[in-house]
Amino acid sequence: MLGYAVRRIGGAAAVLLIMSAVVYVLFYLMPSDPAQLVCGIKSCTPDRLALISHSLGLDEPLYLQYWHFLSGLVAGRDFSMGPSVVHCAAPCLGYSYQYTEPVLQMILDRLPVSGSLVVGAAILWLAFGIGIGVLSALRRGRWVDHAVNALVLGGLAVPIFITGLLALLVFCVSLEWLPFPTWVPFDENPLLWAQNLILPWIVLALTTMPVYVRMSRAGMLETLAEDHIRTARAYGLPERQVIGRHALRGALSPLITLAALDIAGILTSSVLTESVFGLPGIGQLTVQAVRNVDLPVVVGLVLLIGTVIVVCNTIADLLYAAVDKRVSVS
Amino acid sequence: MFTGRFRTDRAAVFGAVVAGLLVLLAILAPVLTALEGQDIASFHNDLVDSARGGVPIGSLGGISGQHWLGVEPQTGRDLFARVAQGAQISLLVAVCATMVQVFLGVVVGLAAGLGGKWLDTVLTRLADISLAFPVIIFSLALLTIVPDSFPRPLLLALVIGVLGWGGTARISRAQTLSLRTRDFVAAARLSGAGGFRIARREILPGLAAPVITYAALLLPSNVITEAALSFLGVGVRPPTSSWGQMLSTATTWFRSDVMYVLIPAFMVFLTVLSFTLMGEGVRVALDPRTTRLTRKAG
Repeated sequence: MLGYAVRRIGGAAAVLLIMSAVVYVLFYLMPSDPAQLVCGIKSCTPDRLALISHSLGLDEPLYLQYWHFLSGLVAGRDFSMGPSVVHCAAPCLGYSYQYTEPVLQMILDRLPVSGSLVVGAAILWLAFGIGIGVLSALRRGRWVDHAVNALVLGGLAVPIFITGLLALLVFCVSLEWLPFPTWVPFDENPLLWAQNLILPWIVLALTTMPVYVRMSRAGMLETLAEDHIRTARAYGLPERQVIGRHALRGALSPLITLAALDIAGILTSSVLTESVFGLPGIGQLTVQAVRNVDLPVVVGLVLLIGTVIVVCNTIADLLYAAVDKRVSVS
Repeated sequence: MFTGRFRTDRAAVFGAVVAGLLVLLAILAPVLTALEGQDIASFHNDLVDSARGGVPIGSLGGISGQHWLGVEPQTGRDLFARVAQGAQISLLVAVCATMVQVFLGVVVGLAAGLGGKWLDTVLTRLADISLAFPVIIFSLALLTIVPDSFPRPLLLALVIGVLGWGGTARISRAQTLSLRTRDFVAAARLSGAGGFRIARREILPGLAAPVITYAALLLPSNVITEAALSFLGVGVRPPTSSWGQMLSTATTWFRSDVMYVLIPAFMVFLTVLSFTLMGEGVRVALDPRTTRLTRKAG
C-alpha cells in the first residue's frame, strides 16, 4: 500500500514537471514579448522595456527562468517590484505579468466559481444519468428505452457551447424566466447563487449525462443477467431489494472511475462553459492568460488542472478497489 | 458481410446519407454559391437595418430566393455561402486531424507493442500523459503562438491531431500485443523477417478493424473540437468563416437575430450526429460484440 502511494505520487510529480516544462518552452517560443505587452505601445521607451523585462526575469535564459520557478514553488522567492522587494511564500507560483497579482491568489479567487459549477452539475448528471440509465435497463425494449436511446444519441451530438447558447436563448431571452447568469458568491446570497447557476448546471449536466445513461444501462443489464441476482430472486427477496441492494452495486462501480475523470476533465472544459455563460472562473482566466501571454498564470493553471486530474484519478482507483472487492490497488 | 450488416442498420444508413450530403456541400460550396447567385465576401448594406443596429431586414434573418439562408447581421454577407465554407473548414480540419491522430497513434502503438520493455513503458506513459492533458488549454496556447501566415486549417488539424493520438496508440498497442504472440507472426520471424517487415506486413493489417472503428468515432469528436476552438476565437481567421466562429459572433446578436444562432448550431449538430451514427454503424458492423462507448471532447 505504501509502495503504491509512493509510486503514484512520484509518477504524478513527474507528469506535472513535464507539463510545466512544456508550457515554459511553448511560451518561450511565442512571438509576442510579454514585457512589450505590459509596457504598452505608445508610452514605451527602450529603457522602460528593459527595466520591465528585468523585473519580470525575462532577460534570463530559459533554463534559469524555469529553475527560479521551480525553487520558488518549493522554497518561495523574492520579487523586486520597482524599489521594494516582495516576498512570495512557499508554494509560490509567481506574479502575473499583466496584473501584478500573485498567481496563487488569482487562481484561488476564481476556484469557487468553477467549483460550484462542477459540483452542482455533477450531482445532477450522476443522479439523472444513473436514474435514467437504470430505468431504461429495467424497461428494456419498451418505448421508454427507445426514447432514452434516441435522446442519448442526440445528446452526444450537441457540444456544450451549443446547448448553452440555445438554453440562454430560450430561458433568458424568449421566456425571460431566468436572468443572464452572473456570479454571486454562495456566502453572499445562496438563493441568488443557485438561481444564477441553475442554467449552467443543467446544461453541463445534459451534455455529460448521455455517457452515464448508456454505461449504467449496460452495466445494469449485465449485472441482472448474473447468477447472484438469480439466486437473490430465487430466495424470494422483494424486487426492490434485488435491484437496489444487489444489482446497483455491481452495475455502478465502473461509473466511479468515469465520474472522477469527468469531474477533472470538466474543470478543463469549463473554458467553454464559462465563456458561454460569462462566469469568471478558471476557464475564463485561462483564456485571458493565454491571450495576454501571461506565462506565470498559464503555468499555474496547468499545474492546478494537472494536480486535480491526478488526485481524481487516484481517488477513483482507491474507491474502485473499495467498492469492487475483486480489484486490489497494489 | 460488412456492407450487408451496415445496410440493415437504418440509423447508420441515415447517418451515412446525411454525412455524404454534407461532404457534397463542402466540395461543391463554390458551385452552389454561384448557383445561388451570390458570393462569400460582398457586403449588402441594403439588406440590413442600420437603424436597428444592423439586423437583417425581413423575417427569419432575411431568408429569400436570393439568399437561401438569409444574410449575416451588420455586414449583410450571404449566410449560405458562409455556412458552406464552414462545412469545408469543419470537415477538412476534422478529417486531417483524424488522419494525424491515426498515423501517430498507430506508429506509437506498433513501436510500443513490438519494441522492448523500456520503449513500451516510456511510450505508454506518454500516451497516458497525452490522454490526461488539458487539450483545450494547450491548443489555445499553441494556436496563439503560431503566426497567422501559417495556413490556419492545417494548423488546427495538426494541433488537434498531435494532442489527440493517445487513444489510437492504446488500442493499436493492445492489438499489437495480442497479435505478436500468434503463430503467423512467429512463422514470419522464423523465416527471417525483420522487425519493420513484421510490423508492416503481419501486424498492420490486423490493426485495421479496431483502428478504423475508433477513427470513425474520433471524427465527430474532432468536429466538436474544431468548432470549440473557433468558438474560443483561435480557429480560422476572418474573412474565412467557420461554424464555431459564427456561433461566437452570434452571441452578441442573441436578442435580435435568432436565425444567426440557430443555423450554425444546427449544422454542427447535424454533422456530429450523422458522423456518429455512421461511426456506430461501422463499429457494430465490424464487431457486433463490442459495446464501447462514444466519448465527447467538448
